[in-house]
Amino acid sequence: MIQFTNVKKTYDSNLTEALHDVSFVIEDGEFVFLVGPSGSGKSTILKLITAEERITSGGILVGDFDLGKLKKRKVPYLRRTLGIVFQDFRLIENRTVRGNLEFVMRVVNTSNKVIKERIPYVLDLVGLSDKADCYPNELSGGEQQRVAIARALVNNPSTIIADEPTGNLDPERSYELMCLLEKINQLGTTILIVTHERDLVNCFNKRVITIDNGYVTSDMENGLYDYETI
Amino acid sequence: MRRFNLFYYIKQGFHGAGSHGFMTFASIGIMACCLLIMGSFSLLAINLEHNLAALMAENEFLAYVDDSYDDQTAQTLESEITAIENVASCTFISREEALANYVGELEDTSLYADVPASALRARFSVQVHDIEQLQATLDEVEAIEGVVKINAALDVADGFVTMRNVMVIIALVMVVILIIVSFFIISNAIKLATSSREREIAIMKMVGATNSFVRWPFVVEGLILGLGSSLVAMLAQWGVYQLLVEAVSVYSHVQLINIIPFEALASTVAIAFCGIGLFVGVLGSVTTIRKFLLV
Ligand SMILES: Nc1ncnc2c1ncn2[C@@H]1O[C@H](COP(=O)(O)OP(=O)(O)O)[C@@H](O)[C@H]1O
Ligand SMILES: [Mg+2]
Repeated sequence: MIQFTNVKKTYDSNLTEALHDVSFVIEDGEFVFLVGPSGSGKSTILKLITAEERITSGGILVGDFDLGKLKKRKVPYLRRTLGIVFQDFRLIENRTVRGNLEFVMRVVNTSNKVIKERIPYVLDLVGLSDKADCYPNELSGGEQQRVAIARALVNNPSTIIADEPTGNLDPERSYELMCLLEKINQLGTTILIVTHERDLVNCFNKRVITIDNGYVTSDMENGLYDYETI
Repeated sequence: MRRFNLFYYIKQGFHGAGSHGFMTFASIGIMACCLLIMGSFSLLAINLEHNLAALMAENEFLAYVDDSYDDQTAQTLESEITAIENVASCTFISREEALANYVGELEDTSLYADVPASALRARFSVQVHDIEQLQATLDEVEAIEGVVKINAALDVADGFVTMRNVMVIIALVMVVILIIVSFFIISNAIKLATSSREREIAIMKMVGATNSFVRWPFVVEGLILGLGSSLVAMLAQWGVYQLLVEAVSVYSHVQLINIIPFEALASTVAIAFCGIGLFVGVLGSVTTIRKFLLV
């Protein structure tokens, strides 16, 4: 569960008030699009969830973690419950697909036995079983992003958070990627996707939270991303 | 889990050191030079100190007694000389003993066969505690009524003390400067190591690596640089020292300088080098990666 209660966020560096008053609840197992124009505060919301940034006022609960009170040394344990995907993939270029996955499993002390079992399972899920020994630059953009999703998934997080995951992909690959995320959601993982691609959102008939200028302007089940409503 | 981690950190540390081999090589080389310079100055200072100690141990001067004193009256001066604080001991040498000593040192004694003992002065052989206060002691002894002349190797003693003091200061300054230089070398190498792995570190943090998990491989890498340098420096120091010993032994008939064999110093040098290597290695890497751990 992710719960925002009257969250306000002002960046210390330039005193920009990125979020004025944001409240919403995402229950376990949901699939949510977070949409809105550029600069509206979408990435800020994700950075608050991952504790990369701290709230100015209000409250955030992520699972068992109360982010207002979270101690610095507990942050790693919060992040282990989250899988994060970025627009620019952020793969390690000099490691193979398998190496990239193994790398993040080692970080959280996974045993060799579990690593050996888990990697083929996840690669199969994202449809890249035959690319395990390829390096990232040998893959297409869509394949690289699927590796990034596999990496987010491999430590078995309860939630996957993606910031414009289709930003670098053509419409067809973008659609495939969303289908993959939908499939992962059906297996029980909560999914929160930031995007401003209206057509894509409207294909999927999911919950849509719209942010504009630091406020939640609409929050609808089976919603549409429609500029006219803003 | 701990054992597995330790192994992982060490493996990662070596992997890091190996993956930018030239930088590792250069860092170890420069730092070993620093250690070698530090070590050479320190060993020089230690040897001077050693020679000074030897000089001190046998340090003595002669105080000649007024000609008009006979042996009986001359001996009364002994208590006055020993009363001076810095005087360790004081032995009376009569005219006859002095002549016998002097002639005894010569190969051809015939020349002196007819010299009367009265041609020499009676004297005291005086040993001092602290050679650095020799001049003051000499002045005090000379001021005693009945002592007419002093004969001391003051120049040699003075020269040695000054040289020793200068060397100790130079050695200390060198050690401080070169420790700072070494720190920056390690820090720079680790900075390079971290910047080439900036993305990996960011990913580690993103998926929930603890700070110590991120830090340890770099600390191991710093340790490898530090300890590698001390090993190289140790071998080089040994070689340099042996060359020096050989060079000095060419003039060894002078017997002025007495060099401590390297074997006697090896363990001290090894401990000092490893200590500095460890210290600088850990400190250099820990301070450098701090900024990466803030996110
Ligand atoms: N690190 C930062 N420091 C200062 N201001 C920031 C920072 N990140 C974002 N902002 C500002 O906060 C506002 C929201 O940004 P962001 O959350 O990135 O928007 P979005 O992801 O919806 O495009 C913008 O005005 C942006 O300039
Ligand atoms: Mg953004």
